[in-house]
Amino acid sequence: MSTATIQRASRTPPRQHIRSRAGQEHPWTFAVPALVVLGLFLVLPTLLNFVLPYTDWSAFKSNLRFVGLANFGSITSDGSLQQALRITLTYAVLVAVFQNGLGLGLALLLERDTWLNRLARSVFFLPVLISALAGGYIAQAMLKPDGGLNQILSALSGQPVEIAWLGSSTWTVVVVALVHGWKWMGLAMLIYLAGLKSVPHELIEAGRIDGASGIQIFRRIKFPLLAPAITFNVATALIGTLNGFDIVQATTGGGPARSTEILNIFIFRTFGSGLYAQASAMSLVLFLAVVIIAVPLIIYLRSREKVLA
Amino acid sequence: MTRRQAQLAPVLQPIAVILLMTTLIALPLWLVIITSAKTVGEALNPNLTLPTSWRFAENYTQAAVRGEMVPAFVGSVAVVVPAVLGVLILGAMAAWTFARRAGALSSVLYGIAISGVLIPPAAVTVVLVLRQMGLAGTQVGMIGVYMGMYLSLVIFFITGFVRTVPIELEEAARVDGASPGRVFFQIILPLLAPVMATSAILVTLFAWNDVFYAFFVLGGGDSTTMPLNLFKVASAALYTNAWNLIFAYVVVTSIPLVVLFSIAQRQIVSGITSGAVK
Repeated sequence: MSTATIQRASRTPPRQHIRSRAGQEHPWTFAVPALVVLGLFLVLPTLLNFVLPYTDWSAFKSNLRFVGLANFGSITSDGSLQQALRITLTYAVLVAVFQNGLGLGLALLLERDTWLNRLARSVFFLPVLISALAGGYIAQAMLKPDGGLNQILSALSGQPVEIAWLGSSTWTVVVVALVHGWKWMGLAMLIYLAGLKSVPHELIEAGRIDGASGIQIFRRIKFPLLAPAITFNVATALIGTLNGFDIVQATTGGGPARSTEILNIFIFRTFGSGLYAQASAMSLVLFLAVVIIAVPLIIYLRSREKVLA
Repeated sequence: MTRRQAQLAPVLQPIAVILLMTTLIALPLWLVIITSAKTVGEALNPNLTLPTSWRFAENYTQAAVRGEMVPAFVGSVAVVVPAVLGVLILGAMAAWTFARRAGALSSVLYGIAISGVLIPPAAVTVVLVLRQMGLAGTQVGMIGVYMGMYLSLVIFFITGFVRTVPIELEEAARVDGASPGRVFFQIILPLLAPVMATSAILVTLFAWNDVFYAFFVLGGGDSTTMPLNLFKVASAALYTNAWNLIFAYVVVTSIPLVVLFSIAQRQIVSGITSGAVK
């Protein structure tokens, strides 16, 4: 610290000195541009989302009028809200399971640094790079009754297979969740690989010497130490799917019989037909769903990390 | 691992890897590429069979013309590049302030600034805000919305990184009379290169592939993006089952990021993973 600062410090009370020094050296002006952008494009729309669902805002009206709970009434009375919420949650849980299962499976398979494994890691990362919309169209073509998957199954089984993979109002949501898991498994794989690399080699050696099997080493040593990677992957999977749209839109468009219509598909469809206030009401439900589900879950997963560490 | 398993593993592992690569990636990729070369008639039911005649040139030209690929590419670049540069520079400046300032105001503002990591952007009401500002349907509006969506992630990443940079580096410069602007741009910013690269990659990946928010913001306007045009082309082509055109468009849309990834693979992998497991 310079003599000038020390001299200044002796003249002013210490608390005030620290505050004014921080003010001069890290002025708020540096944070203002980011805060303005966030305020206009993130915070303000979020706040408005608490107001507009109570209006009759639509493509057909020029003046806004407050209508109370009418919009919530219309999305709950026909069961749209309950159904969209239920489907979104089912989808989110399924994707979290598939994305992490596939990602962890690939990471364990490709843990060693051979040339084939390095190639495979890049190959499995390809779906992450393409747009989710493109991934969804590819899946739709593969899963059609006369599409690629049934063609392979027919060749393998020796008889014609014509399963409508995207045609069941019960099981299609599972198939679409698998497609979502396939799209993002490469990212989960990379993060699990990094987690596995961070496991100290001595621990695994010690386990081997004590006669632990491969499965025991995974369950007792590697898996607990993967906690931070699991937190990241579960959190991104949940946020990505609660807020998902592209993959479902491109594979099924919400069908069959609206059985895969997640919240954002409903919002997209309602907005497209000009019913802005109703779309906004559903958007508020999405906001609340994320806050109620994702935030406590992430806090829980983080606390688990600390216990294990 | 038993001895028998240990002997089998070196043989079975490569077989499993090759089988998985084939079924999960190579076959879908094969379907896309050969279908994009088929005639309309053969592409009606996309499958893994080879086309009888290859029509790469015709299909890609038609997809480019009908899907207005060039304006869409220019439109994508025109919103993604400024949005990425914007979140990086504004995010880094804000992150520096948040990381270095103690106190309640700083923590509250930091909390609000990173809330967007979890909270989904309100796609519907953002349209209202843009209309009031006269930015609905414009590229400037789209850039603003992307910046609002991804600033949180960038501030979150960079603030964590700045906290690991010793403050003594700044103080040395300050003794020599450097202003906050000089300290930030000449001392701090160059040190942030790794975390800026990670942030740039992730935001590019998300923004380049976004179609949901582009639909709300650009839907009624003159400008467009590649995913938005893919959506329009595909929605029209699905009525006629013109899968050859859909997949020609899919291939072209995917090329920029695949090329970017193959050039900067090592950087991308270490960038993505370093932020996640810590």
